[in-house]
Amino acid sequence: MTPQQHADEHPEIWRRFSPRQTLIRYIWLLVIVAVVVWSVRHLDIPWFYFLDAHLQATDLAIRMWPPDWSFFSELARPLIETIHIATLGTVVTVVLAFPVAFLAARNTTFNPLTWFVGRFILVASRSVNTVVWGLLFVAIFGPGAMAGVWAIALRSIGFMGKLVAEAIEEIDVGAVEAIEATGANRLQVLMYGILPQVLPVIYGTTVYRWDINIRESTVLGFVGAGGIGILLYASINQFLWREVALILLAVFGVVIISEFVSAAVRKRIS
Amino acid sequence: MTEGVETQAGAPLQWHRIRLIETPAARYVLMALAVIYLIWSVSALDLNWHRLSTGLPRAANMFARMIPPDFSRWHLLIKGVLESIEMAVAASFFGMILAVPLAICGASNLVPRPVYLFARALIVLSRTFHEIIIAILFVKIFGFGPLAGVLTLIVASTSFISKMVAEDIENMPPGQLEAIRATGAGFSKLLIYCITPQTLPRYLGVSIYRLDANLRHSTVVGIVGAGGIGETLAATFSRYDYDFSLAILLVIIALVFVGEFFSNWVRGHLR
Amino acid sequence: MLELIELTKKYRTGTLAINGVTLTVDQPQVVAIIGPSGAGKSTLIRCINRLVEPSSGKVVLDGIDIVSLPRRELRKVRRRIGMIFQEYNLVDRLTVMENLLSGRLGYVGFWKAYRRKFPAEDVATAFRLLDRVGLAGYQDTRADELSGGQRQRVGIGRALMQQPDLLLVDEPTASLDPKTSRQIMRILVELAQESGTPTLVNIHDVGLAQAFADRIVGLRNGEIVFDGTADQVTADVLTEIYGEEDWSTTIRRAGDKDDQSISDKKKNLGKEAAAG
Repeated sequence: MTPQQHADEHPEIWRRFSPRQTLIRYIWLLVIVAVVVWSVRHLDIPWFYFLDAHLQATDLAIRMWPPDWSFFSELARPLIETIHIATLGTVVTVVLAFPVAFLAARNTTFNPLTWFVGRFILVASRSVNTVVWGLLFVAIFGPGAMAGVWAIALRSIGFMGKLVAEAIEEIDVGAVEAIEATGANRLQVLMYGILPQVLPVIYGTTVYRWDINIRESTVLGFVGAGGIGILLYASINQFLWREVALILLAVFGVVIISEFVSAAVRKRIS
Repeated sequence: MTEGVETQAGAPLQWHRIRLIETPAARYVLMALAVIYLIWSVSALDLNWHRLSTGLPRAANMFARMIPPDFSRWHLLIKGVLESIEMAVAASFFGMILAVPLAICGASNLVPRPVYLFARALIVLSRTFHEIIIAILFVKIFGFGPLAGVLTLIVASTSFISKMVAEDIENMPPGQLEAIRATGAGFSKLLIYCITPQTLPRYLGVSIYRLDANLRHSTVVGIVGAGGIGETLAATFSRYDYDFSLAILLVIIALVFVGEFFSNWVRGHLR
Repeated sequence: MLELIELTKKYRTGTLAINGVTLTVDQPQVVAIIGPSGAGKSTLIRCINRLVEPSSGKVVLDGIDIVSLPRRELRKVRRRIGMIFQEYNLVDRLTVMENLLSGRLGYVGFWKAYRRKFPAEDVATAFRLLDRVGLAGYQDTRADELSGGQRQRVGIGRALMQQPDLLLVDEPTASLDPKTSRQIMRILVELAQESGTPTLVNIHDVGLAQAFADRIVGLRNGEIVFDGTADQVTADVLTEIYGEEDWSTTIRRAGDKDDQSISDKKKNLGKEAAAG
């Protein structure tokens, strides 16, 4: 029945969804609820923990107050270390991500195998969390900032490489052909035909990733990979809650400032 | 290749290099500063060739022990992965629900200024701290186990979804709100009749994306004891059980890959 | 009956958008408000249903002063005032029918509105109006799939769904081409006359105002500088409202209004709907 016929025959009946559509919607809802119920039940959450959770939380808050300001002098070094880890990690990323992106972009890769290798590196890099990379590199280099820098870099390659590869795939082919036409070799084509076109993307994502990396590097210390996280982890495990409060304040400040700086720089670039 | 293309596009590329910073002096000063910073940070972190070179044989040794990956303890693996998935699903669902009121309160065109500022402060606060910091605090309050992990992911999901949806609401054309208000509809009907239909696709899309993100994050909160496959993984590293580590890592990669595929597929169907 | 008494709106920036406007509409007539941009036309209309809060003065609709009403009572009065907008302001992702029925939101409960269960007589009215504005059969089309002219037809329908005691119309044709503009104005005026609803129309097109309005009010710098019939709008009047300019080509000759006979309109409507 056309809408017109419907209007002529039943001018007082109107449904937003047909019974079939309604049924499908309810089935979807049912499936979602069932999956959630199954998940929650299977997790076997001890609900009685919630009974005194608010007491625990207020207790924690009271013990955190006031922050231990005398601890402040000890924070400076680890905070700077945190920023260094994020920055150096990002620098290493830029160096490593570009060749991988070059392999992972369909129009610049050598053959299907190199394309697959490039893509696999990107996926693997992104699937493994920075902290897990941290675990891995602590096992290799021992505890310290070296492991942190590599953890940051390895996780960021996937992020930057993916965006840069997409940018490479979207470049203006005409300019590249023009460079090729001058008889340039592959490296020259890369330097003069492709690089200038993806440079803005590289700048933008670098700054963006740096700001994410600051946030990530605040917790690398939890697995021993340097930065403020080492101090935070130690203070939490020794129940020095007033120190914890101060560290959390410092982390908050650094992350907010880096976010602000990153936003300002990106605004200037674009 | 024709000559036309050569003269047309080849020349300008050579001569019109776009510089990020146009003034040469400022550019050189910035470059110098960058080099000085690099030297400072490398020396401050005590990164040197010696540490790198001693690490390499250890890395080789580690990879040798990783291969082949050991899937013999698959029941542990499946248990961990299942727990991660369940944590991600539960956290996404509750995050979705909690995000609704927070998103409404975080939209400057709907609520009074103080409410808006309060909601935005909550969102910023929970977004600033890394999941693992939140997780360890929850572990201290609720003890070890997936409950702390789920709560962590709920906090992260709620702030993420509400931020995105609040922005979507703020971007709505003001005229539509005006028109519905002009019919004499109150706030609740404005919500269901105007804001809901206009922001629902975005809300669902962001939520599905968050499910995928939660899956990734659920593999890591376990490192501080908050449940999921991350717990199993951290344990293998402390026991130098590297062939099992690789097995877990491969499963995580596969899981994330499938999750991303699923999320993209669903979002492709939402218009 | 609508009465505006010394209505004034001063924005926080200090601009005096409307300044002591006193106006009475005591019969079902179409009143066009003309004036240069920035004269306060839009603010004036929005002060009546308090989408913009007036600074001082009164808006009296059938004996009730809208300006002094509390929020809850204001919503009740807004149900009686239909409004049509320049940018149509339909909820894009809802269907035409849902947009029409939104005119009844003030009368149905929350769950009914949520489940789109409107009373049968509302649905019947909606179907009738849909036919009347020339969009029969479009009930399940989404609003964002319509053309500008079609959207404004839905906008008119939504306002009339309220069965209003007053219609406020803000630049209904400013985003439309000249032909569609005339069609829209014709539908609007016909429906207003049929239902006997007093109508205030902001319009910047003097020709359209003269062709379709019973009464024309000229606004300049937030004050009324002219109030009379279409025929009384002379070059001098326009100079008074807009300032010095050669107005000879703008003003319509008396009798122009009849160039479309009423009997033709009905026939045209259907065709225009299909085309527009």
